[in-house]
Amino acid sequence: MSETVTDQRTVSGVSIRLEGVTKRYPGQRTPAVDSVDLEIAAGETVMFVGPSGCGKTTLLKMLNRLIEPSGGKIFLGDEDVTGQDPDRLRRRIGYVIQAGGLFPHMTVGTNVGLVPGMLGWDRARIAERTDELLDLVGLDPEVYRDRYPKELSGGQQQRVGVARALAADPPVLLMDEPFGAVDPITRQRLQDELLRIQEELGKTIVFVTHDFDEAVKLGDKIVVFDVGARVVQYDTPEAILAEPAEDYVADFVGAGATLKQLTLTRVSDTELHTPVTAAVGEDSAAVVARAEEAGERYVVVVDGRGRPVSWPSVAELSRTTSVPGTRDDRLPVVGLRSTLNDALDTMLAASQGGVVVTGRRDAVAGVLVVEQVMAAIQSTRSEVRG
Amino acid sequence: MTAAVDPAVDVEPGGRRSGVPWRALALQPVLVLVALGAFAVWRSGAELTDAEARPLGWGALGGTVVDHLELVAVAAVVVLVVGIPLGVLLTRGPFRRATPLVLGVANTGQAAPAIGLFVLLATWLGFGFRSAVVALVLYSVLPVLRNTMVGLQGVDARLVEAGRGMGMSALSVLLRVELPLAVPVMLSGVRTALVLLVGTATLATFIDGGGLGLLITTGINLNLDSLLYSGALLVALLALAVDWVGRVVETLARPKGL
Repeated sequence: MSETVTDQRTVSGVSIRLEGVTKRYPGQRTPAVDSVDLEIAAGETVMFVGPSGCGKTTLLKMLNRLIEPSGGKIFLGDEDVTGQDPDRLRRRIGYVIQAGGLFPHMTVGTNVGLVPGMLGWDRARIAERTDELLDLVGLDPEVYRDRYPKELSGGQQQRVGVARALAADPPVLLMDEPFGAVDPITRQRLQDELLRIQEELGKTIVFVTHDFDEAVKLGDKIVVFDVGARVVQYDTPEAILAEPAEDYVADFVGAGATLKQLTLTRVSDTELHTPVTAAVGEDSAAVVARAEEAGERYVVVVDGRGRPVSWPSVAELSRTTSVPGTRDDRLPVVGLRSTLNDALDTMLAASQGGVVVTGRRDAVAGVLVVEQVMAAIQSTRSEVRG
Repeated sequence: MTAAVDPAVDVEPGGRRSGVPWRALALQPVLVLVALGAFAVWRSGAELTDAEARPLGWGALGGTVVDHLELVAVAAVVVLVVGIPLGVLLTRGPFRRATPLVLGVANTGQAAPAIGLFVLLATWLGFGFRSAVVALVLYSVLPVLRNTMVGLQGVDARLVEAGRGMGMSALSVLLRVELPLAVPVMLSGVRTALVLLVGTATLATFIDGGGLGLLITTGINLNLDSLLYSGALLVALLALAVDWVGRVVETLARPKGL
């Protein structure tokens, strides 16, 4: 895959073009998907939303021909893939389903290495790629490579599912309600994870969801479908929230559109506070001195790779001789691409007045406090009124 | 997200082999061996008439057991070669429609009284080993066929879709996903069929098919209890032994990670 950099964004995906794609099932009067034209730019994440039964999943499955279209054409880049051998086509398109769809009788490593294996990669290259991908989705290869899926939590299985889909570096990733079966906090983390991965890789992602908040958060563009996969509106989340094309979209977006603006504002859009950080094992007195000089009451402890470990107060630290490495499992953390909505959720869940924000490779990028979120709400409310 | 904030990171790697019930599995062969030992002791010490001693001689007895096992083995191979592919075929696309018909025939085979099946086939195909094998196959193919189908139908349809969706061919999904996941159910069908075969093969003697049934019928006809009981005991022990081997194979062949 050739990687091109446009606007400082890595793009390794290709564009997708649909021309009059139709699916008729025998014995049904109206087509499930009725002549859809759609163009998806390379490297964009496009969200398919719409009521259940509107044909969005059918349309998605026609992209990798799990469902054979009854009419129309599908292009990947400039290549017409409508008549291509489906098995070979699918090896170029990553596919992620709910709960990962991992094979329970294969280890995590085997699951991830399946598509490279089919493509005839040699053993060493597959092993290397598997480790690289597990690392990419935040699972330590040493720990997880040889485990079986049932030994993983739902969120971890889903991450392996994403790693498996990315294994052969496909330009296109299809995701069919992948995060539907996990709890809200895990879902939020998985979404952050996907945003981070997408920032690194720039695949063309088509993502089906019934959760409009998820669509606003993850999508560069959103397609709102009505019955028969009629495209009602295809635009950026901002535009759809600001100007729903029809009453139908307005209904679908919901009444809380003002607060949905919180979902539009990313953590990276706000001015983050730079905290005093301390490495594990550092001399406590020196850290305390540094914090006092900066006028800080809290210190973010980071590990060797700059990832947050805990968030003790200066008072707590001054009672130790060296900075402890104990991980705080309840440490509130969000990614740079998280929304203010997520940040607020995370603070409330942890009963804390702030969150640690992480950026590339989960390293600390700053700290966000609740006052900043409140200020953002205030400003959007006054914008909407005024 | 970092692994550091994921609360479920430390899922215990559930001991992969700890689920094997070796102790329960050990009981059955011990019982079989004890019973066999008791029989050997009785046989060595018993005072037998000439008519009894000849078929119960060690050599003759061994030959009968081998004959019996031969019937079972040949029938079992045919049952596997017919039952498993047929079961696979009947869960594939257009062939699904034939399922009720084939299961109907297999059900009839099993529901018909075994002795009737043997005699009917013998009048048609002639007496001897071959007819006995055909009758045994008809009688015991159902569990293998049905369990193959049930096992395959029990595989989560989403896993099949995931496999196809990542570019595995239909055959590859069958071989690498569906069959391995169906193995436990299929093997339990095979074990049932084998145990049925060991028991039913005693009827082969009625159509001159040989086996341990010969001891039993001779014992009844000549009113020689020692022959009757010896035959019955050996068949029972053989069935238990086969059942045990089946269980061990099931335990070992069970895919890890399930």
